[in-house]
Amino acid sequence: MASLPSGTRELALSQPAFNAMLAALAARYRLYAPVRLPGRGRFSDQDAIRYGEVHSLSDIEFDEKAQFSPKEALLPVMETMFYFSEDSYREPEIETRGILIFLRACDIHGLERLDDIFLRNGTDQDYYYAQKRSRVKYVLLECLRPFANCFCVSMGCNRTDDYAMAVRPNGEQVLLQVRDADLVMMVPAEATPASFTPAFTREDSTPVTVPDAGGLTRAIREDGFLAHPMWDEYAQRCIACGRCTVSCVTCSCFTNFDLFYDENPRAGERRRIWASCHVDHFTDMAGGHSFRKDNGARMRFKALHKIYDFALRFGQQMCVGCGRCDDVCPEYISFAACINRISQVTNSAASSSPEEG
Amino acid sequence: MINPYLPFPAEIIDIHQETSIDYTYRLAWSGEARFGQFFEVSIPRYGEAPISICDIGEGVLEMTLRNVGRVTRSIFELKPGDRLFLRGPYGNGFPLEDFAGTPLVITAGGTGLAPVKGLINHFLTPEHLLPSLHILLGFKTPGDILFGDDITRWSAGASMHITVDKPDAGWCGPSGVVTNLFTELTTELIASAQYIVVGPPIMMACSIRQLRENGVELERIWVSYERRMSCGIGKCGHCKINDRYVCLDGPVFNLTDAQWLLD
Repeated sequence: MASLPSGTRELALSQPAFNAMLAALAARYRLYAPVRLPGRGRFSDQDAIRYGEVHSLSDIEFDEKAQFSPKEALLPVMETMFYFSEDSYREPEIETRGILIFLRACDIHGLERLDDIFLRNGTDQDYYYAQKRSRVKYVLLECLRPFANCFCVSMGCNRTDDYAMAVRPNGEQVLLQVRDADLVMMVPAEATPASFTPAFTREDSTPVTVPDAGGLTRAIREDGFLAHPMWDEYAQRCIACGRCTVSCVTCSCFTNFDLFYDENPRAGERRRIWASCHVDHFTDMAGGHSFRKDNGARMRFKALHKIYDFALRFGQQMCVGCGRCDDVCPEYISFAACINRISQVTNSAASSSPEEG
Repeated sequence: MINPYLPFPAEIIDIHQETSIDYTYRLAWSGEARFGQFFEVSIPRYGEAPISICDIGEGVLEMTLRNVGRVTRSIFELKPGDRLFLRGPYGNGFPLEDFAGTPLVITAGGTGLAPVKGLINHFLTPEHLLPSLHILLGFKTPGDILFGDDITRWSAGASMHITVDKPDAGWCGPSGVVTNLFTELTTELIASAQYIVVGPPIMMACSIRQLRENGVELERIWVSYERRMSCGIGKCGHCKINDRYVCLDGPVFNLTDAQWLLD
C-alpha cells in the first residue's frame, strides 16, 4: 500500500464524541451513508438497505451490503438541468455544501469509472456531475469478509487508498484513520491515539475469471461470438426490468427530456433521468428504427461493456465486482456466472489474475 | 466551468418545403462546422433531437427536418423570425481532404441525402472538382424525393441516378432498391472510387455488403451512422457501439473501423 499522507491521524473516539464530530461535519457536508429502511425490502418483512442522509452513528448500516449504490450522490435518478420560461432559461442553484460519502472499496473504484465517462470521455465535462464531484470526500467502510455474490478481488477492486477517512465501529468506541487535512481539523479534542489500519477482504464469494481482451476480440471478429447460443438463453430468462443497471455502481446512462407545467405551459424544465440499455426504448430512433430488441442482445451489450469495451477505451474494466446485479435480479441471473461463461466459451481467460490480498 | 448542456438561440431566416413531411430550415449562425456533423436541436418545453448539418454558408446553417417524432412536430409550427435553440456542432464530420483527386460515389437512401447535401455542393464548386462524382439515390416514392431543385442542378456536374421503391403513374425512372443502381458502377469505379453510404440501417448494410462483394476495399468506403444521441457529448451512453461513441468518434466512420461496430 502507498505510504500514508503526512498528518494522518489514527484515533479512537467514544460514540458520543463521534456523533458530535458528525454534527460538526454536517454543517459543512451532506453525510451520505448506507441506511436501513425497515420493512421496505423486496419481500415482506425484509428491510431495504440503501443510501440516505445520516446524522449519527446509529443511522449508518455497517453490517449489510447496500442494495443500491452511492452513485445517486453524484448522479441523481432525476435531475433538473435548467428551468425555462418563454425564450430564456436559468440553471439551478449550485449547492455549496460538501458531500461526505461512506462507502466500500468497490464503490470507490466504481465512482472512479463514472469519472471516466462524465469527466474524461470527449472534450466536454458533464457540468452537473463535475459540480458535485468537486465537493465529494470518501469515508471508507471496511469489508472484513465478502458479502454474498461479491467478486471485487477478481476485478482488482477490493483495496483502495483513495479516501479521506476510514471508520470502524469497535464496541463502545469508533476507530478512525483520518487522512484529509480538513477532516483532521474536525477531530474532537477527546480523541485518543489508536492504531487502526483498515482491512480489505482478500477473497471472493463467487470468484470470476475475466476474459482476456485479445481473446474476446478474436472470438467476436472471427468466431461470431455476438451470435453465440449462450445469448439465446439470456433472451429467454431476462425480462428487461433494468434492476441490474439501477443497482450497478458504474451504470451511468441517462436520457434528457423536457417537460412543461400544466399551470403555466409557457414554462418548464429540461431534466435528465436514469436510462438502461436493458429497458425498452433505449435505442429507439425517430422513424421507427431500433437495435437490440432481443433481451439476450441487451444482456450481451451490457456484459461486454462491463468486462470488455469500457476497458478498451479507458484502460480499466467497468465492472468492480460489487455483485449487486446478482443480488437484485428477479430471474436469478448471475452476472458473475455470465462472465465466467464468456471466458470459458471464448477460451480467453486472462492469463494472470489480480494480486490476492 | 462551462455547462455544455446550455443551448444557444438561432433565428430562422426562411423555411423551404421539400416534400409533404420534409422542410429545410435556414438559420442565422456563424461558426466552424463540417459536413457530417450534427446539432442537438430543441424547442424548450418539447425536447432535443440530433439533426445533421445539411449545408453551411456565410452566416447560414441549413438543416432538413422530417416530421416523424414528438420534437420535430413542434418545430413545424415555427415561422421565419422565430428562434430554434441549438447545441453543437458535434461529431467528427467528413474528412474532405481524403476525397480529393479520386472519383466519388455517393449512395444515399431517403433522408440520408440530407447530411451529404453540402458535401455534394462542395465538390461541384470549381475549386474542389473531383475526377468524377456519381450520385445514386433511393427514395420510397416520387413524393419523397428531397432537394428536387438541387438534384436538377447537380445533374449538370455529376452523374445522377434515382430509384424509387414504389413508382407512381408519372415515374419514368428506375424502380426498386438503391443497390440496384450499383449496375451503373463501371469496373474502373469499383477499382478506384471512394464511396459514401448514408441511409436507414438496412439500406446501409445491404449497400456495404454489395460493394464489398464487388471487391471494393474497406478503406474506400465511408459511412455516417445514426443513433439516438441524447446528450451529443459522450455522457448519456445511448450512441455507444462497442468501444466507440457515435457522437464523439463519428457519425462519420471509415469502414475499416466501422466493420467492427457490430450491434
